[in-house]
Amino acid sequence: MSELRQVEIDGIIVEADPELTLIQACEQAGVEIPRFCYHERLSIAGNCRMCLVEVVGGPPKPTASCAMQVRDLRPGPDNCPPRIRTNSAMVKKAREGVMEFLLINHPLDCPICDQGGECDLQDQAMAYGVDMSRYREPKRAVEELNLGPLVETCMTRCISCTRCVRFTTEVAGITQMGQTGRGEDAEITSYLNQSLRSNLQGNIIDLCPVGALTSKPYAFTARPWELTKTETIDVMDALGSNIRVDSKGREVMRIIPRNHDGVNEEWISDKTRFAWDGLRRQRIDRPYMRRDGRLVPVSWQEALDLAAGALRQGPVAALAGDLVPVEAVFALGQLVDALGGAKECRTDGSALPHDNRSAYVGNAQIADVDRAGRIIILGGNPRNEAPVLNARIRGAWLQGARVGYFGPATDLTYEYDHLGKDSHSFESYVNGNPDWSGTLIIVGQAVLRQADGPALLAAAMRGAGDGIGMLVLHNAAARVGALDVGFSSAGGIQAVLPGAGTVYCLGVDEVDIPQGPFVIYQGSHGDRGAMRADLVLPAAAYTEESGIFVNTEGRPQLASKATFPPGDAKENWAIIRAVSGELGTPLAYDSLQDLRHRMGETHPHLLRLNEVPENEWKPLPLLGCGDTVIAAGQENFYLSNPIARASVLMSQLAAGEADAIAA
Amino acid sequence: MRRRFHEIQPGSFAFTAGNLAWAQRQMGKYPEGRQASAVIPLLMRAQEQEGWLSRPAVEYVADMLSIPHIRAYEVATFYYMFQLHPVGSVAHLQICGTTTCMICGAEELIEICRRKIAPHPHMLSADGKFSWEEVECLGACCNAPMAQIGKDYYEDLTPDSLAGIIDGFAGGTVPRPGSQNGRFSCEPASGATTLRESESGRPADNAAVALALLQGDTVARIEG
Repeated sequence: MSELRQVEIDGIIVEADPELTLIQACEQAGVEIPRFCYHERLSIAGNCRMCLVEVVGGPPKPTASCAMQVRDLRPGPDNCPPRIRTNSAMVKKAREGVMEFLLINHPLDCPICDQGGECDLQDQAMAYGVDMSRYREPKRAVEELNLGPLVETCMTRCISCTRCVRFTTEVAGITQMGQTGRGEDAEITSYLNQSLRSNLQGNIIDLCPVGALTSKPYAFTARPWELTKTETIDVMDALGSNIRVDSKGREVMRIIPRNHDGVNEEWISDKTRFAWDGLRRQRIDRPYMRRDGRLVPVSWQEALDLAAGALRQGPVAALAGDLVPVEAVFALGQLVDALGGAKECRTDGSALPHDNRSAYVGNAQIADVDRAGRIIILGGNPRNEAPVLNARIRGAWLQGARVGYFGPATDLTYEYDHLGKDSHSFESYVNGNPDWSGTLIIVGQAVLRQADGPALLAAAMRGAGDGIGMLVLHNAAARVGALDVGFSSAGGIQAVLPGAGTVYCLGVDEVDIPQGPFVIYQGSHGDRGAMRADLVLPAAAYTEESGIFVNTEGRPQLASKATFPPGDAKENWAIIRAVSGELGTPLAYDSLQDLRHRMGETHPHLLRLNEVPENEWKPLPLLGCGDTVIAAGQENFYLSNPIARASVLMSQLAAGEADAIAA
Repeated sequence: MRRRFHEIQPGSFAFTAGNLAWAQRQMGKYPEGRQASAVIPLLMRAQEQEGWLSRPAVEYVADMLSIPHIRAYEVATFYYMFQLHPVGSVAHLQICGTTTCMICGAEELIEICRRKIAPHPHMLSADGKFSWEEVECLGACCNAPMAQIGKDYYEDLTPDSLAGIIDGFAGGTVPRPGSQNGRFSCEPASGATTLRESESGRPADNAAVALALLQGDTVARIEG
């Protein structure tokens, strides 16, 4: 950082980094400047002119504070600090003028606009608008766009801030949106009215400061002031994006992102944002048991009796699924340990070493992407597995980082050096001893599922030891937490399933359980897991219970309860506690607080919320890699978990994507 | 004016060999990685080759410069000098309608265009040979009213002289550009009052007209 400079803002002298723009310096001084086009995570456009301030002694006209840097200010007379005024008569008049122009062509349709109540234009018109219009000429109307099933448009409301164009171009990495025409005819369009092809497009709904881009699934269903807002954590991917769930009564109405610089900045993927309609469909709302090949409803008491009976029979194998909070996994682990059963969470068969946290989590953080000079992606498809992380990698690439990629060629929205397609190419890359300084290695799950996965992970760790580090990109939100509480066995799922008499599936929908054992499925959705089950215990989904999730970098975060589970469904940990009581060996806690307390005794890092623990770096012994072709990462972004598969919208999007690929 | 691609589009576009070489020379003027800066000259040359900018032409130029199609489309819709509608196969008339020309009779010229070519601007004449539009000031106010046809200026027009020029183009000739009422250049209409000594011994045409006559490409498409 270069030397700080003194600036006087509204009579207060502050020290500001000369690199900052005036709007940022004002923010530091606690003065909020109204703005439409400026956004701290996008490039500067300077076209809305709402952020005008007065630079005393500068040009005798208002200055756009988002487009001028502190270092460009001239010192005042006698070398006193430059003066900025944000509330002078000149500033007020200028902003009122800008507001009047913005409102000339903006329709007065706030009562039927979904942005109403959370609209920047509405808010700022309260401060700078006048209660009449001098405009008597015809207003402009703009043709609608069809951007696809997610983003509703009402382009007549557009004030041409171009935030959506900048977001899609810079962050999402698609080149479909632009501003055509000029002057009064300037329009934001997608090229030839194409629908957007990005799994981050929902973010333009949040970015739009007016009601031009709104959410199509949420359209006309609620007003912001009647929603209950719950700050929680997303489970659609392993990133642990910070979200806010807005609910009305018992239903989730929408999901929007929260800011977390270390995790998701302020973006979320479309699956995170729009899969909530899956929370209302295909729900298991009462216990079922299989009788004569069909699932028939039973009471909780019958279900618990049956579960206890089956578990007593054993031998028990317990599997933890992708979307369950760590408390439930911990409780199930204790239950199964008491029964002498086996447990496993790596249901996809990945070769994550369960006893080496530095190997199954890595030692780098998501934020390290920003400072990496070189990013090596080993397998996996971050664009589908963690779109927000992919956008961050793209951001680093735009800042000059080089990206190297091992795996089948695919479009990641940025250019990369395609360094190889098979394991051997990675091994020889590592053995070639490249300069590792400033290098971050991201290991995808695809390579870990391969036969030589352990060898590749060991090779990655060898390189990561000398660079910034390694980040294991998980696909399942529950995986790291489950490994943290030791919900795994040495041989992996291949060793756990054979010979099991009873399989307890805690939200396991991504694996096929072979015929033979009695399967208890505890989960929220009637998906693949419930189809195979002999006993179905209805449980809460991620928005319906409080729970800790550990994200892909190993950061424990607390998800909160936004709504109640439907029907007779119960919280996951409570079901396991009830089963243990039925077995006659009740677990030693009666509340979630007690459970967490107990969990904290053996796994203290899980209760240090939002802290990424330092992992002791234990490189794996090097093994020889084969020449296996590295498999493609997750292909089907929209249908990767039971909630998304229950969502009509996600099915539409997946079908649309399949059509686009076919075409 | 809302500017979009025309509804009817040709199937493809490609620069002629000569224009391609020219375009590559233009791109070479910019530092490596900054070739997108050549978007305006290339779009203009595509228009000069075809008469107007079709969607394949805009996409061709965008692909040549390695920029997204929307970026070239933004430029093409921004500048009114890019014709996004088909123009007359012989000539596209741009009638200046700004203050001076309007006072001196541009509206009557437009009336001639409406009568002889098409009732609306950017519409092709029945035979497809002509189209017209009203444009902003072309900077020849001394010789108002005037029109740009192809690359050259026709000045000091009257409804009759414009009608004659259109008929001339329709007959396959290229009427002489420049002042249509006998003025040499922009001296007063009643004759020069100063610098009269320069009148003797000068060529018959001023430099602009002489060059236009020499090149003879007033309404020619540029092939390279």
